[in-house]
Amino acid sequence: MLVKSIVTLAVAATVLSSFMAQADERYRPVDDKVVIEECGACHMAFQPQMLPKKSWIKIMDGLSNHFGEDASLDEKAVSHIKKYHVEHAADSGWKDGKFMRGLSDSSAPLRITETPYWVREHRKEVPDWAWNDPTVKSKANCIACHKRGNQGDYDDD
Amino acid sequence: MSTFSIVSGRRLLIAAVFAACFVSGPAVAGMLQDTIARYTAEVTSADKGFTGFSAERGRMLFFSRPATGKPDTPSCTSCHSDSPVTVGQTRAGKEIAPMALSRTPDRYTESKKLAKWFRRNCKSVLGRVCTAMEKGDFLTFMATQ
Repeated sequence: MLVKSIVTLAVAATVLSSFMAQADERYRPVDDKVVIEECGACHMAFQPQMLPKKSWIKIMDGLSNHFGEDASLDEKAVSHIKKYHVEHAADSGWKDGKFMRGLSDSSAPLRITETPYWVREHRKEVPDWAWNDPTVKSKANCIACHKRGNQGDYDDD
Repeated sequence: MSTFSIVSGRRLLIAAVFAACFVSGPAVAGMLQDTIARYTAEVTSADKGFTGFSAERGRMLFFSRPATGKPDTPSCTSCHSDSPVTVGQTRAGKEIAPMALSRTPDRYTESKKLAKWFRRNCKSVLGRVCTAMEKGDFLTFMATQ
């Protein structure tokens, strides 16, 4: 009897934890001073885990026209920020992160909001009126809805 | 009044004077004045007849709509709002502290930072670097706001 309930409990815990793992939208918080200061001056310093290495390299090599603005930095800051992003990119670990889902090896999207994973996560859940809210203004404004996005916590949806 | 309260009153005054030296408006404005003085030297070296920066020209620059830079940023006010004393918003939705010195006293204290933003935003809005005259006028205007 005891053995049976232990087994039942263990099975339940395993099933539950696998579901929780699916729902776990946590990313390592950005912990680099230069990244927080420079990227965070205009928008939330997005977690590097949200794009592949190739994307970050392209972004950091094109700062003089960064989504329609001059966001150029001195060379030292550019290489520092690029290194941090490449080291923590979606495809930097032994196992690809969630944001690599549906991306081919050659693709290098420039916007997190264009990755198949981001699109899938927001398509049904977020109504148009929310995107059109003037306080939201842009899809790049993660923390308008994900209040703890700065800490890498997107579990609030 | 007891001796004790006179002493503690004096201490308080000394502490207040010390604090004022570090955080007061005039000290911060002083740094901005240093920057303006640097631009003055730059303009004067090229134009001996230069008579000083103008807050009015700075105001006109801030409110103008040159639209000669990048399409999404036709003017300063595109992101900095229609008033130097109110909060602006970046295109990505992040708040920008007001440009007026009176509202954001620590804004113009770092010359490296100042140079970076002039370089970027003049390119974004005007499509070119700003002249020392434009920068001096702009800062003179913000110092009066």
